[in-house]
Amino acid sequence: MKLKGAQIIVETLIEQGATTVFGYPGGQVIDIYDALYLAEDRIRHVITAHEQGASHAADGYARSTGKVGVVIATSGPGATNLVTGIATAYLDSVPLVAITGNVSNSLIGRDSFQEVDITGVTMPITKHNFMIKRVEDLADTIREAFRIAKSGRPGPVLVDVPKDVQNALYEYEAQPPVEKKSIKPICEKSLAKAAEMIQASKRPYIYIGGGAITDDAGTEIQALAEKMDAPIGCTMMGISAIPVEISRWLGMEGMHGHYASSIAQNESDLILALGCRFSDRSTGNTQKYARNSKIIHIDIDASELCKNITVDLGITGSIKEAAFMLSEMLPKQSHADWMAHVGELVAHTRELEKQNPEELTPFTAIDAVAEYTQPDTIIATDVGQHQMWVAQHYPFEQSRTFISSGGLGTMGFGLGAAIGASTATGKKTVLFTGDGSFGMNLNELATAVTNHTPVVIFIINNGVLGMVRQWQTLFYDKHYSNTTLERQTDFVKLAEAFGLPGYRACNMAELKAVLPKAFAESGPVLIDCAIDCDAFVLPMLPPSGSIDEMIVDPTSM
Amino acid sequence: MNERYVISILVANHAGVLSRVSGMFTRRGFNIDTLTVGETESSEFSRITISMHGDKAVCDQIVHQLEKIYDVKKVKVMARDETVIREVLLIKIANDADKRQDIMSVVDVFRAKITDYSPNALIIEIRGVSSKINAFIELLEPYGILEMCRTGLVALERGDGCLKD
Repeated sequence: MKLKGAQIIVETLIEQGATTVFGYPGGQVIDIYDALYLAEDRIRHVITAHEQGASHAADGYARSTGKVGVVIATSGPGATNLVTGIATAYLDSVPLVAITGNVSNSLIGRDSFQEVDITGVTMPITKHNFMIKRVEDLADTIREAFRIAKSGRPGPVLVDVPKDVQNALYEYEAQPPVEKKSIKPICEKSLAKAAEMIQASKRPYIYIGGGAITDDAGTEIQALAEKMDAPIGCTMMGISAIPVEISRWLGMEGMHGHYASSIAQNESDLILALGCRFSDRSTGNTQKYARNSKIIHIDIDASELCKNITVDLGITGSIKEAAFMLSEMLPKQSHADWMAHVGELVAHTRELEKQNPEELTPFTAIDAVAEYTQPDTIIATDVGQHQMWVAQHYPFEQSRTFISSGGLGTMGFGLGAAIGASTATGKKTVLFTGDGSFGMNLNELATAVTNHTPVVIFIINNGVLGMVRQWQTLFYDKHYSNTTLERQTDFVKLAEAFGLPGYRACNMAELKAVLPKAFAESGPVLIDCAIDCDAFVLPMLPPSGSIDEMIVDPTSM
Repeated sequence: MNERYVISILVANHAGVLSRVSGMFTRRGFNIDTLTVGETESSEFSRITISMHGDKAVCDQIVHQLEKIYDVKKVKVMARDETVIREVLLIKIANDADKRQDIMSVVDVFRAKITDYSPNALIIEIRGVSSKINAFIELLEPYGILEMCRTGLVALERGDGCLKD
């Protein structure tokens, strides 16, 4: 059947399994929007307030489901507004297909109205991008974009389609969704070497990253930890891969990691790193990182091995497969002394993190919210102190329930992502945000209201840019340059203006009173929760610092 | 530690591929000495030859990063003893009567050739490995180099081993 290029785009998105796409219309995608109009019973389009919000929503859709997220934007500013969202997805390996319109082939390169070289702009922040010059290539290129986005280490792919291609007619025939590109089986000889190193270890530590979630490897990693008799720590991206109630689980290590997780990692004699990339936020000073440990690094992306730190054994492949095979190969290990010591570290961590439940603090606020959530409730965050508090403290039970911008650290990510996740799963989603991050993209409240998206927006409001302020307190002699906001924004009134209920809580009693009301809402709701501006995220390893410099109590500095 | 590596890269032959490859070097902070690109036996592919100095870890990292680029089909670090490597230099020297004979004898010794003879300047062409070309330039320096242009390396594996997708 002959279809217009724009219809071929929409049909290909449908055939590839996209049930909801996010975007914003404009001059060079008006034909795609016409095709969406004609197909609205088969594919849903959510219009956001800004293309950046749409990109984060597609990202949240992808992170919460593992499916490829799709975002559509017009040429020029529409396309450049996607850039932060695409970079966010790239740094966190999220499968995303961005479709942008562009001016007609005949106008390209002439600085035409709303023309921008978006394939050039996004080259370093996409796995790959395409500009489609001929309608003949359209369907197969979009299929290839999906395949690239979800294969191996996932990531964003951009497809730029000039307007004349959208209008040209060509034959279209539906095809089944593309399969992921197969990956090479893991080298068994290398795994045998890993098993040997594990058996020689007295103090092993399993260290997992976002790859554990992408590869759905939580069960295999838990089984391996049992076999190895080892604790499991994680990067921020690894949070939610293993339920927090598992006693071996130490949670996040690194700059703001739990005391037990960071210390145990440093004291271990072997780190088995699975699906992580040793980012500077995880390692601090790489010269002083894990000085006592041998490191085995297994990742699906060969370029991550020995990129940031030199490891003793690097293996490329699926970590799910590797964890399973290692469990099969290894005899049961026993490290009673080591695990007892780790237990002491955990007990000390609990002591450090203990708070008075009646006092409203970041942790007690998170505890109060957690009373109202389900194990499968998705928790999205923005970026800053609140993000670290949630990463440290929220009791995650199921994989893919923590949605947060790790690598790029994108303030303003949260609301769009929460809307995307809730739209994808149909479930109530909680967004923890800060007053700084929320201020960046709060226009997406409009999107949540229009679509009656059940997002509980919880603003940890300290009136300052808390994370930068914390650095200023600790390392810049309390020079609070441009971090004290002194805004007069009334978030409750703001919520009302956008058409959603808003509540304020200034102490624990107020918070306990508003939470049942907020969680009873069937659509979006906002809670503005006041937190002390001097609350710190602790512990903290100074930037480029080492474990010896861990700050546990800043008053002792 | 600090060795020279020659890397051959087979890439899809279409627009923008060179900027994907060179862009990766820039944003990852890899320094390269030369980069050449040209046609191959197949119209589907181009071949890029890169030379760089660094340690093996850097070279390995470059190879892995190259292999991730969608349009890159094959990457090979060329083994020093198993590879024919060539470079071409065009160099322009002032044509002074009193120095001409000396220049000619350098050209002879190096089996270079004069490709342009003008009243005021000579263009000399020489082909060979980089060290030979470096030595040639050094010898000509006293005669006044007006301008010069090197192609960068091209390299092929000896024997019937080929870089194929």
